[in-house]
Amino acid sequence: MSNLTSHGPNGEVVRLESVSKVYYMGTQSVKAMVDVSISFEEGCFTAIMGPSGSGKSTMLNLLGCLDRPTSGKYFLSGQDVSNMEDNELSAMRLRRLGFIFQSFNLIPQLTVAENIEMPLYYMGWAADESKSRAEQLAAMVGLSERLDHRPAELSGGQQQRVAVARALANDPSVILADEPTGNLDSATGAQIMDLMADLNSQGKTIIMVTHESHIAVYAKRRIHMLDGRIERIEEAA
Amino acid sequence: MLSTRLYRNIRLGIKTLLLHKLRSLLTVLGVVFGVGSVIAMLSVGEGASREALEQIRMLGSNNIIVSSMKPAEDESASTTRTMMSIYGLTYRDEQRIRETIPHVSTTVPVKLVRKNTFLGERQMELRVVGTSPEWFELVSRRVIAGRVLAPRDIEGLSNVCVLTESGARKLLATHSTIGERIRIGLDYFTVIGIVRSETAGGGIQTPDLDIDAYVPISVARTRFGDMVIRMTAGAREAEMVELHQILVEVDSTENVEPVAEALETMLARFHRRRDYRISVPLALLRQAEATRRTFNIVLGSIAGISLLVGGIGIMNIMLASVTERTREIGVRRAIGARRSQIISQFLIETVVLSTVGGVIGISVGAFIPWSISRFAGMPTIVTMWSLVLSLGISMTIGIIFGIYPAMRAAKLDPIVALRHE
Ligand SMILES: Nc1ncnc2c1ncn2[C@@H]1O[C@H](COP(=O)(O)OP(=O)(O)O)[C@@H](O)[C@H]1O
Ligand SMILES: [Mg+2]
Repeated sequence: MSNLTSHGPNGEVVRLESVSKVYYMGTQSVKAMVDVSISFEEGCFTAIMGPSGSGKSTMLNLLGCLDRPTSGKYFLSGQDVSNMEDNELSAMRLRRLGFIFQSFNLIPQLTVAENIEMPLYYMGWAADESKSRAEQLAAMVGLSERLDHRPAELSGGQQQRVAVARALANDPSVILADEPTGNLDSATGAQIMDLMADLNSQGKTIIMVTHESHIAVYAKRRIHMLDGRIERIEEAA
Repeated sequence: MLSTRLYRNIRLGIKTLLLHKLRSLLTVLGVVFGVGSVIAMLSVGEGASREALEQIRMLGSNNIIVSSMKPAEDESASTTRTMMSIYGLTYRDEQRIRETIPHVSTTVPVKLVRKNTFLGERQMELRVVGTSPEWFELVSRRVIAGRVLAPRDIEGLSNVCVLTESGARKLLATHSTIGERIRIGLDYFTVIGIVRSETAGGGIQTPDLDIDAYVPISVARTRFGDMVIRMTAGAREAEMVELHQILVEVDSTENVEPVAEALETMLARFHRRRDYRISVPLALLRQAEATRRTFNIVLGSIAGISLLVGGIGIMNIMLASVTERTREIGVRRAIGARRSQIISQFLIETVVLSTVGGVIGISVGAFIPWSISRFAGMPTIVTMWSLVLSLGISMTIGIIFGIYPAMRAAKLDPIVALRHE
């Protein structure tokens, strides 16, 4: 917790220092990220944009502690993540990060409540405490009535709301979203984006990958990637 | 805390397994038949050998039984012409064994004579056993009424007899029992006691044990003599046998084998022909136990193979499940689950499958032997040990065959797993 406060309300929560990522495939190598340095402030809402193959997903995976950079350093909440072991990375994801995926990725055999509770379960919360937190989060995304439903019984938009609630359960430092509206129609997508903007206005740090400019406009800052490099950065007024 | 977590894990496992009811049921069935057949096989093996062991054990593991045996040459000769064959153990043998072989605590002579017995109008053929009071201790017959033979009966040449329960019932019927006088051959005997008939008692080789009459050895010797004449198909066959058996009790189990060797040496010196046989229940017991162990191992292994097949079924299902749930694994890992937590999640599912299979298998396995005994009349014994063993094995198989799929699940790269269709 001391880390968070030391960075202050507009302190830096994520920093990449000349990070490169190279994929080796046999004799060939693909430079998915080349010497990327950037930092994200607490409370920011950033969109990562760019054409297909430009390195957006690679960057989000690194930010999400799902992968390690080939070179360079990555600091999350002041901690150097670049050389962490698998269990330490799991712990970072569990305590500091929340994920929202394009295809929702809810667990089909679990109810809405159980899906939302899942991070709390791995954090070792007691059953009754995590249950009341799940109810609270479901209310926040407008799904109080659906707690005992299975994901398959919900619409796409509703499923993505559950995913948002799940991403919030551990009160993460950063929410990472990979094309969160990619599987939704535009009206439903807009609702999800309104929800995200709402969360951001409450102080949540959000980093989102998208290639759609009408989705990117919700972000205050837009990073354009090209061939593994940051091409330019747009700051909203 | 840990136990509530475990409880939640198990509940999740059950819930996941119930999503594919038929698949889980078939997997469980594999284990059910495996465990069931292990228990059934072992119970059949146990039942078959228990009877044999029980009979040998009743002979007494500290006893050695020396029996008279008609030599082979006499056997063939007697069919062609009338002759008298003299063979077997003698009173001197008994005395020598008792007096010269160390560690022998008691010897009991046994003389067998078939005699017609009369009580008023009633008549039946009894097997008269001339013996000493120690006989009753060695074979531990239960006294139902009166008393057994006493040393004074031997010394005093008393015409007394002890009947077995069923013999007494046939002969005496409504008469009062103790003190009744019955005629055996030409002599009158007073019934002094009745003992329980027991099937495997005493190691006396003939099967009609329930019509024995026990009389003092001294009386049997003087009244009935050592000569037996039998008429067979026109030929008269005479035999002269002093003692049919000598039961030798050894002071402790460790000395049984040395005493048996000493007996062998001694008898070989005094008998020109091999007209005796030494049987050592302890050796038989050991042999039977060894046989039983081998038998059980063989049966158990055969059944174990079906348990193995059940385990392979579990592995098969879990591998399919891991592939199917790759996405789920990716999500859990992205959320922050450690590898070990993924492993335990999948392991719990396999252990639930194999334990449920094991428990059902135990009931099936207990039912099969019951029906074998019931409808085929074969003795079966379901031991606690076999139940615990097969449940343990099935759970172990769950773990062994579950560990590979679980490790495979945990090794998945979360990024790859999340991208999986
Ligand atoms: N696991 C991988 N192995 C090999 N090459 C990869 C891998 N992941 C991504 N790449 C390559 O890295 C580059 C960037 O990919 P990615 O980050 O997925 O781009 P985007 O998400 O912007 O479409 C692409 O050329 C892609 O082919
Ligand atoms: Mg991508």
